[in-house]
Amino acid sequence: MRAGASSPPRATTALFGGEDAPARSEAVNGDLALEFRNHRLENGLEIIAETNDDAHSTSVAFIVRTGARDESDDVAGVSHFLEHMCFKGTPRRSADDVNREFDEIGAHYNAFTSEECTAYYASVLPEYQEPSVDLLADILRPSLRPDDFDMEKKVILEEIQMYLDQPPFGMDDRIKQLHLSGHPLARSVLGTSASVGGLTPERMRDYFTSRYSADNVFVAAAGKVDFDALVEQVAARCGDWKPAGARRDTPPAVSQPRFEVVHRPSATQEYVLELADAPASEDADRYAAKLLATIVGDDSGSRMFWELVDSGLAETASLGHYEYLGVGMFYTWLACEPELVEENLARLHAIYEQVEADGFSEDELRQAKNKVKSRVVLSSERPQSRLFNVGGNWLQRREYRAVADDLKSLDDVSIADLHAVLRKFPLSRYTTITVGPRADVRRPGS
Amino acid sequence: MVLIGEPIASVESAAFTFLLPAGCCYDPSGGAGLATLTNEMMVRGAGPRDSRTWVSDLENLGVERGESVGVAQATVHGATLRDNLPAALGLFADMIRRPHLPADQLDAGRNTCLQELRAIDDEPSHKLMIELRRRQYPDPWGRSSHGEESSLRKAKIDDVRRFHEQHYRPSGTILAVAGNFDWQRLCDLVEQLFGDWKPNNVTEPSATNGRPAGNHIPFQSNQSHVGIAYPTIPYKHPDYFQAWAAVGVLSSGSSSRLFTEVRERRGLCYTVYASLHTQRDRASVLCYAGTTAERAQETLDVTLSELKRLGSGIEQSELDRLKARIKSSLIMQQESTSARSGALARDWYHLGKVRTLDEVGAMVDALSADSINAFLRANPPRDLLVVTLGPEALKIPKLN
Repeated sequence: MRAGASSPPRATTALFGGEDAPARSEAVNGDLALEFRNHRLENGLEIIAETNDDAHSTSVAFIVRTGARDESDDVAGVSHFLEHMCFKGTPRRSADDVNREFDEIGAHYNAFTSEECTAYYASVLPEYQEPSVDLLADILRPSLRPDDFDMEKKVILEEIQMYLDQPPFGMDDRIKQLHLSGHPLARSVLGTSASVGGLTPERMRDYFTSRYSADNVFVAAAGKVDFDALVEQVAARCGDWKPAGARRDTPPAVSQPRFEVVHRPSATQEYVLELADAPASEDADRYAAKLLATIVGDDSGSRMFWELVDSGLAETASLGHYEYLGVGMFYTWLACEPELVEENLARLHAIYEQVEADGFSEDELRQAKNKVKSRVVLSSERPQSRLFNVGGNWLQRREYRAVADDLKSLDDVSIADLHAVLRKFPLSRYTTITVGPRADVRRPGS
Repeated sequence: MVLIGEPIASVESAAFTFLLPAGCCYDPSGGAGLATLTNEMMVRGAGPRDSRTWVSDLENLGVERGESVGVAQATVHGATLRDNLPAALGLFADMIRRPHLPADQLDAGRNTCLQELRAIDDEPSHKLMIELRRRQYPDPWGRSSHGEESSLRKAKIDDVRRFHEQHYRPSGTILAVAGNFDWQRLCDLVEQLFGDWKPNNVTEPSATNGRPAGNHIPFQSNQSHVGIAYPTIPYKHPDYFQAWAAVGVLSSGSSSRLFTEVRERRGLCYTVYASLHTQRDRASVLCYAGTTAERAQETLDVTLSELKRLGSGIEQSELDRLKARIKSSLIMQQESTSARSGALARDWYHLGKVRTLDEVGAMVDALSADSINAFLRANPPRDLLVVTLGPEALKIPKLN
């Protein structure tokens, strides 16, 4: 991320099909002027769009199928660093030009890096579609000048220091390493001060050449889009990009429940992270998983909310479902007073065991559906939300799903589907990390 | 109570924002945090529903909601599909007018507030900005709504009930609705829900001189956090847009001065910004930068020199870029009923009227480099306050 916002995994993954699923519906919206279009250039670069003639703005993204999971130890953090370097100038533009020209068209723009993708996006008024494409296409062919590299390295190291001051101090990376022991998805998006400090422009250039190739990038757009023009605009700028046959390893994940206490005396609150297996992005039962997470651990009105937050025992307690290629995660997050941590760990465990033993009620499922479907429709009113949804579906499954498709998939989920998810992915099989002033947190039941 | 509506036919949603004269500026002496505790207690059952039923009925209506307490006001906002707006407003009318404020849940509500208060100590940048506002504004206008541990622990249910009785009242309350709804039907509904609400005039407290001393807060952290504040004019002032645009040149967009000079050219930090923070009768520009301790002094020095340079004026090209950004923001605001309902309510509070997006657009068009520079000549950044939080205090240069 170039400005504000927190890093992995909550912010980065939530953008692409995290807890706030997508979209708008024919049922609610009648026959909208929504249309899906796609096109593939000869070099393999794909262009997709959900066009909406009623929209006031246009959102465009260049999405690279590369992220932390595609790195090796010697370049840990390079995807995210490269994201920053793309804004530092090209053969046609200096870094100041890039910043100035985005501002001149009034773009709301940014970029982010996750485990699975690096995305560059801009929301603009429709008349600025072409200059926004011109800028985004150009910055994806950065100069990677050594002086800029050294300067930007300082900014990244500051970003790492900033997160190290914010509980849970990078433990969201640590819990994936514990639970998924050695799987590519356990890699840190930011990297460490040591790994980023040791990176060279040459290594970054090699990584760039192998990953930012025509067949590993796609362009997504949403809102008021002139699609035919978009294809021409992209072809004119990216038509000579070369394919490189980029691949991604998707080994099966072998998870192992673990328990770790991380002592951070400077923290005030105690933080609990728990990770359990869940449906992956290609699994049909991911909708059931989202509804299950809503019932158990939504920010409001969920079992965790009533048990832990409403009661004042925790400052926050929630469960989210995160999906990646080949791997899914149920991710529990809790913050509380240090002396309450054992009690709260036991309460979390009791919640998991209870849902596995007694299941869910029809009332709970109906409420979760109403809540999630409304979020889908409300968020779909903004082209940028649709962009992330349409782009996320294409990234993960190379499919287009209209708002109506998502609403129907949610409607079709039954209680039996939720129970089937629980049998396959028991919540009670999880890894725990506690982080905070307590060095002596006892494992529940021990 | 004032009702404002802006129908937007092109959306399926409707969003609403209540501003209620129940902010922490009304916390009684020795009762810091009472406004927040009251707000927290109000979602624990209302009207005919206990807290679980109230929450589940809202969620079945698909209402996205939030409540918060600021210095002057409490804010209650929600968004839902258009057909569910009347039922949602009914549930919030219960919450605002007929909350149960149950004595047996006071400890739970108190613990929620105490946890949130403690959590600030784990967010150093947030903590710094709280301390900066506390020193920049005269009490009670620099207060943090989170209150203090000792007073939260002492609060009794009668204190909560009294605060609710006095401050959740129609005088000074604003309800703004934006989205897909019928204006006349909305008026009828709001009349029915709030028409017999008994007024109780509350006047905003006047400012005193009490402010905490000391400009460095020792804190065990990797980064040093630097806050700078200086006074400017509030939203209701005729020259507000001049002041706002000047801050925009400083910090709106990646080609703005602070981002360019502090981050892009020198790599001193990841986050740096300035924003115009306005209350009804006073306003300040608040700046923030977070950086590792050994580079904090240079970060402070560069930021201060940019503030000084701003006093010498801006260039036409900087204003042109800013106008482009503002124009797209205004148009994109139409795509968010939540953002629009909040803007409508705040306009009424500050101005006693509402500006349409076209009016705002015309005011932005009327800005010129000459008008902004005239404003800056008369009002350069001055009376700067610097507050730092981190492992070491910084050397604060002699300020004007």
